[in-house]
Amino acid sequence: MNKLVTLVAQRLALGCLTLFIVSLIIFLGVEALPGDLAQAILGQAATEDSLAAMRERLGLNLPPHTRYLQWLGGIVQGDFGTSLANNREITELIGVRLANTLFLALVAAAISVPIALILGVLAALYRNTWYDRGVNVFTLSAISAPEFFVAYILILFLSVKMQGWFPALSLPSLSNVRWEDGFFDRLHAVLLPALTLTLVVVAHMMRMTRASIINLLASPYIEMANLKGLSRGRIILHHALPNAWAPIINVIVLNLAYLIVGVVIVEVVFVYPGLGKLIVDAVRTRDIPVVQACSLIFAATYILLNLTADILAIVTNPRLLHPR
Amino acid sequence: MTKDDHLKKLAMSGRLSRRDFVAYASALGIGAAASTSMFVGAAKAAPVRGGDVRIGHAHGSTTDSLDPGTWENDFTIELSFAANNFLTEIAADGSLVGELAESWEASDDAMQWTFVLRKDVTFHNGKTVTAADVVASFNHHRGEGSESAAGPIVSPITDIQADGDNVVVFTLNGGNADFPFLVSDYHIPIKPAEDEGIDWQSGVGCGPYVMESWEPGVSARFKRHEGYWKTDRAWFDTIEYTAVVDAAARGNALVTGEVHVISRPDLKTVELLARRPGIDIEETSGTAHYGFPMRVDAAPFDNNDVREALKWAIDREELVQKILKGRGFAGNDHPISPANRYHATEEELPQRTYDPDKAKFHLKQAGMENLSVNLQIADAAFAGAVNAAELYREQAAAAGIDLVVVREPDDGYWSNIWNVQPFTGTYWGGRPTEDWMFTTTHDKNAEWNETAFKDDTFQSLLEQARSELDEPKRREMYVEMQRILSTQGGSLIPMFNNYVWAKTENLKHEEQMAANWDLDGHKWQERWWLEG
Repeated sequence: MNKLVTLVAQRLALGCLTLFIVSLIIFLGVEALPGDLAQAILGQAATEDSLAAMRERLGLNLPPHTRYLQWLGGIVQGDFGTSLANNREITELIGVRLANTLFLALVAAAISVPIALILGVLAALYRNTWYDRGVNVFTLSAISAPEFFVAYILILFLSVKMQGWFPALSLPSLSNVRWEDGFFDRLHAVLLPALTLTLVVVAHMMRMTRASIINLLASPYIEMANLKGLSRGRIILHHALPNAWAPIINVIVLNLAYLIVGVVIVEVVFVYPGLGKLIVDAVRTRDIPVVQACSLIFAATYILLNLTADILAIVTNPRLLHPR
Repeated sequence: MTKDDHLKKLAMSGRLSRRDFVAYASALGIGAAASTSMFVGAAKAAPVRGGDVRIGHAHGSTTDSLDPGTWENDFTIELSFAANNFLTEIAADGSLVGELAESWEASDDAMQWTFVLRKDVTFHNGKTVTAADVVASFNHHRGEGSESAAGPIVSPITDIQADGDNVVVFTLNGGNADFPFLVSDYHIPIKPAEDEGIDWQSGVGCGPYVMESWEPGVSARFKRHEGYWKTDRAWFDTIEYTAVVDAAARGNALVTGEVHVISRPDLKTVELLARRPGIDIEETSGTAHYGFPMRVDAAPFDNNDVREALKWAIDREELVQKILKGRGFAGNDHPISPANRYHATEEELPQRTYDPDKAKFHLKQAGMENLSVNLQIADAAFAGAVNAAELYREQAAAAGIDLVVVREPDDGYWSNIWNVQPFTGTYWGGRPTEDWMFTTTHDKNAEWNETAFKDDTFQSLLEQARSELDEPKRREMYVEMQRILSTQGGSLIPMFNNYVWAKTENLKHEEQMAANWDLDGHKWQERWWLEG
């Protein structure tokens, strides 16, 4: 157990270093883009005078390293600063968006993970049957189609057509979530994007579940279980699955990370106010503090989820949990 | 159903325009008096109060702010008109009417303007609107270090004084007969004065709707201002604005009934949308236009024959059909549209057509066999800009012009390409007055003089016409200016784009709509109503 604590501490320290490097790379990247915030905001309406006045007020005329160090100093003290574009507190700006993103990711995960595991175990159980092939073809087709295409197909059937068939069941194509609404209203609002994301991530997790179980089916202890005359279902659930968790957990966690950081397109199609749209807008206007804050959150998501995956892999594997 | 019952029904349901109706009616032999009364009956489908209306907007960004000086996209312009009133208003027929100003008058040289304010207009917070608020609201955009986009409008103002609670006096640095038009600009709402400046942070105004919530780039919610002074306006109980930047998502939202109206439907699929029952596609022809400005101080565009060749080598009609899908009309290389007061008629200034032979002739005049120029463009310039440039390239090839379309990134387009490079793409929302438009884009000192055009005759006409109060004389000057631009200027303006939107049938409006901006001059919020 002691070893586990050391590991977590080590990984967190490395994580902080990674975050620092990420922030530096992002800052340099945004700096290298043509144009600056003043030009992006004033657009065609920019005049030399208004540009100069805005740069002066926002401190954009300071050299880059000064601006970066100022920002870093603030972060270390827990101050994310204010958005250059509209002067709002970044914590306030990001807070709601982050909550929205996490809500969508959780709903999508709650639907996709159980489905992927069940489909995967069943596919391993009925390997090379019509069921197995059918599931593979369906999930692989879903993952091969671009996200916006899957999204539009779902809108066509579950939103537009459904209105003609069963108006009560039709799902909104605008996922306007409001936190003052009840839980079920919010759930109703995010169902279409969550289903889209489910179709996009299920294949990966399901195929990993199937593959790792099938891998184990060739090992001697499974052969032993077979010889004992156990049923196939029992062999797979009680003997193979516990040993297959590590790779499955890794894939699930990677997909969870994707659900949080990689859903810009789905957010755009369903007009969902999440973090993805915020960071795209912020990059377009060169609003560096917002870009930095968003990318730190994204990087932290990957680091924390990977750490979770490693811990879970250790916990589920007695040999790693109690090394000799 | 007899034929004239059917006709009556069409007229009542609003599916027939007045002009069509009168034409059909006379064909059927219905007397003029009867037909007019029939139509009035239809038009009198009186507005009804109430309803929660929702709109899907093509614009709206997380960087939007409540500061009036920063407003530039449709979303913020509309919030501006929802929450605020202005000194003057452009009415549905394009004429200027007073809003907060009850009346106004100019000194003889049009340098001093006195506005008398309406009494008893209140802000959302209950305060009465006074002359001090007007002064503070204008001063917000003036002074050293102003970042306001309204800078060019307020810079000619040398002094603003409140005379009592209800009179404001503006002094300008030169005569301007159009000054009352300028103060209708969406950047200059009248906000409550506070300390040294105005209180824009709270969103309080004196307009038809009160802001309840606003998340920049996502959505905004408004409810009716119960004390609004215009009793025949502002029919909805609540309005919800949602930023739906993706065109396909906007169409979906309308089809699934989640919004009642969307701005800027995708023109490529708008005909499909129109086929759905219960959805109307509507458009107004205003002053908005797309162009390819050539900077006349850069070779080879410093030669007017080269400019003439390029102007004859573009097929305007084809661009209108293919890029605007017919929802617009050909331009004549000056920024004044028929919606303006002093637009040059066909007799005064014939419409330029596509004529590769004339283009070749002008090339020869310039001493060239063929010409190769770069057109630097991005879709940021206007919707379909790159496609328009590609079409132009094919058309110009027939005149021996090798037009090289250089695709630039959208990012930074307005800073690094437009108004910098010699041949680019541009769009303008247009301005309600000739002076305003010319001063913005063709004054020799204007920041946005995108063609670097400096012509002494033009400049002196511009300054004379500005303070000229005699209508026929003024008209003559503006027509001459349009002629100068069209035949010598650097502006290549092939098309004027209509404002197009799509709405559900139960969202109603008067027959006449303003064309100065999209969506009934962005005043749909107070002019339209929901039925049923």
